[in-house]
Amino acid sequence: MNKDAKEGNLMYKFQKITYTYRIYLLLITLILFVILPFVFSNQYFLTIIIKIGVYVCLAMGLNILTGYTGLVSLGHAGFVAIGAYASSILVVRHGFNFFAASLVGMIVAGVIGMILGLPSLRVSGTYLSIITLGFGEIIKMTAMNFTALTNGTLGIKNIPKPGIFGFTLNVTNYGLYYMMLITVILISLFCYLLVKSKTGRALQAIKTDELAATMMGININYYKIIAFVVSAMICAFGGSLYSVLIGYIDPNTFNFDVSTLILSIVILGGMGTLRGMFVGAIILIAFPEVSRFLMEYRFVLYGIILVLMMRFRPQGILGYKSVLPYALSKSVKERVDKLEGNVL
Amino acid sequence: MIVQQIFNGLALGMGYALIAVGYSLIFGILRLVNFSHGAIYAFGAEMAMIFIGMRFGITAGIVTAMILTGVLGICIDKLALEPLRKKKSKPIASLITTIGISNIITNLLIVFLGSEKRNFNNIFGDGSIKFGNTVLTHTQIMMCLVSLALMLILMFIVYKTKIGLAMRATQQNSKAAAMMGINVDFVIAFTFFLAGVCATIAGALVGGYYQIVYPNMGFMAGLKAFAAAVLGGIGSLPGALLGGLIVGVSESMAATFLGSTYRDAIAFIILIIVLIVKPNGLFGREGIKKV
Repeated sequence: MNKDAKEGNLMYKFQKITYTYRIYLLLITLILFVILPFVFSNQYFLTIIIKIGVYVCLAMGLNILTGYTGLVSLGHAGFVAIGAYASSILVVRHGFNFFAASLVGMIVAGVIGMILGLPSLRVSGTYLSIITLGFGEIIKMTAMNFTALTNGTLGIKNIPKPGIFGFTLNVTNYGLYYMMLITVILISLFCYLLVKSKTGRALQAIKTDELAATMMGININYYKIIAFVVSAMICAFGGSLYSVLIGYIDPNTFNFDVSTLILSIVILGGMGTLRGMFVGAIILIAFPEVSRFLMEYRFVLYGIILVLMMRFRPQGILGYKSVLPYALSKSVKERVDKLEGNVL
Repeated sequence: MIVQQIFNGLALGMGYALIAVGYSLIFGILRLVNFSHGAIYAFGAEMAMIFIGMRFGITAGIVTAMILTGVLGICIDKLALEPLRKKKSKPIASLITTIGISNIITNLLIVFLGSEKRNFNNIFGDGSIKFGNTVLTHTQIMMCLVSLALMLILMFIVYKTKIGLAMRATQQNSKAAAMMGINVDFVIAFTFFLAGVCATIAGALVGGYYQIVYPNMGFMAGLKAFAAAVLGGIGSLPGALLGGLIVGVSESMAATFLGSTYRDAIAFIILIIVLIVKPNGLFGREGIKKV
């Protein structure tokens, strides 16, 4: 009891400090990340950092669906595959610019996400997870068998690096790194605004209690589909980013392991938080790289991490609940003050 | 041709049905999709291969493998899932745990045995019986007979014995069952044991059918068996049998008429259609939603 109170106090102090100085903290982090490639210009290191960034995007996408709306998807590799394939095919075969191509990929993924969202209106819980799992596998099979479009199991090779105004972005000239950084910032900002918006609150209401949300007049079907579409589009963009980073995709790039990896990032970091995605991605993507000395055992260890996390900290590493008072927006605050003044 | 494919599919479907039973039993009691079941199946098949290779004789080898895999199932439950139940964690926590366990088992198998495909001796010999154009190998016939016998034994256990009664009671309401003096933890452990035993037999049969065994064999087979379990109505034993047969037959049909690359996709298409049209499956009970 006493210990709890003390911990709560510490937690309160920690959150208070991070909340008060959040702008400075964000700025410092941002500056650190901007100058990072000049300090560590090692190619291998930068590639891993970019990969972490890509997975942060993917986790952000899944987080909208799983963390905030409470619909657990086990097939998000499917959306990643759609984004990667659509953009690579357009770039390689039709000479599209990367950004236009990835936009098309996002739209395709959004439409397919809407179609996948439809069964979510009928089934829930475990059954929905299984439908998404089947969806992921079907996308993989399609990529394998639709040879005319996807080149089958051979995959698509030599995907060119993206370019802006004749300037090619690759790992050596840090272009790809900064593109990743800007993408991560934009997507984080988008997710932050989405979560704080009316839509975000509706999604969280659905997660907490579907029935109660209906009673409050929230159109559940509409918001569930929205969650699916947004999540699919973010993941599709992550997929096209991944395809230019690696330069080669084939159907086995997007197997069930990728879906579970994304889900593990979300869960390890903390479902329904944005900060958690960064920590989860850093730990799970860097882990296989730093633990090369463990050889094959590192995949065993990866499973053990999942099991232990679920046992001892199921809310995720950074999945703490805010103990600060709820922050009202300025206009609301003014109105409340006025109201209280009137009452007094 | 079609008759031949149907028989091939039936033999394969029996294998799926045996794996599906494991999903069904565990889902029935814990409302949990045990994603580690595919890995348990692969473990069972590998163990069967090792023990048969040790010249114990086929029966003794398979029985040892069965017991070992059953114990593995109990360990999974006791070490990873029971603490979660005691803490009353969210269902998603158990689901992720089983994914993690499946990762651990598969990779330990790869570390200790290697990831390559190993030859599994044909247990039932190479003989075959001909009916006109249709050829039935002894392996296929034995697969059907052994699976059917096992299904009957399982149904006997679940519907006629005392432990089966306890299992069904736990399935309906575990709290009430505990109040009636049923040791719910023991019942759940026993269920995991049964699931492991069925998976081992399925592993030995399917491994013998394809004459190949490897650590990753459980993934696809597990997913297809899961599709079978859902199709039949998860939690129901006859459902698992029928679902397995349907998945097996449609898979061998798809391999013949659509090309062998589509054989893996058909199970998922069936799965999604079933979930959308009739989520409770063919034999599943209608779930009652309480407010």
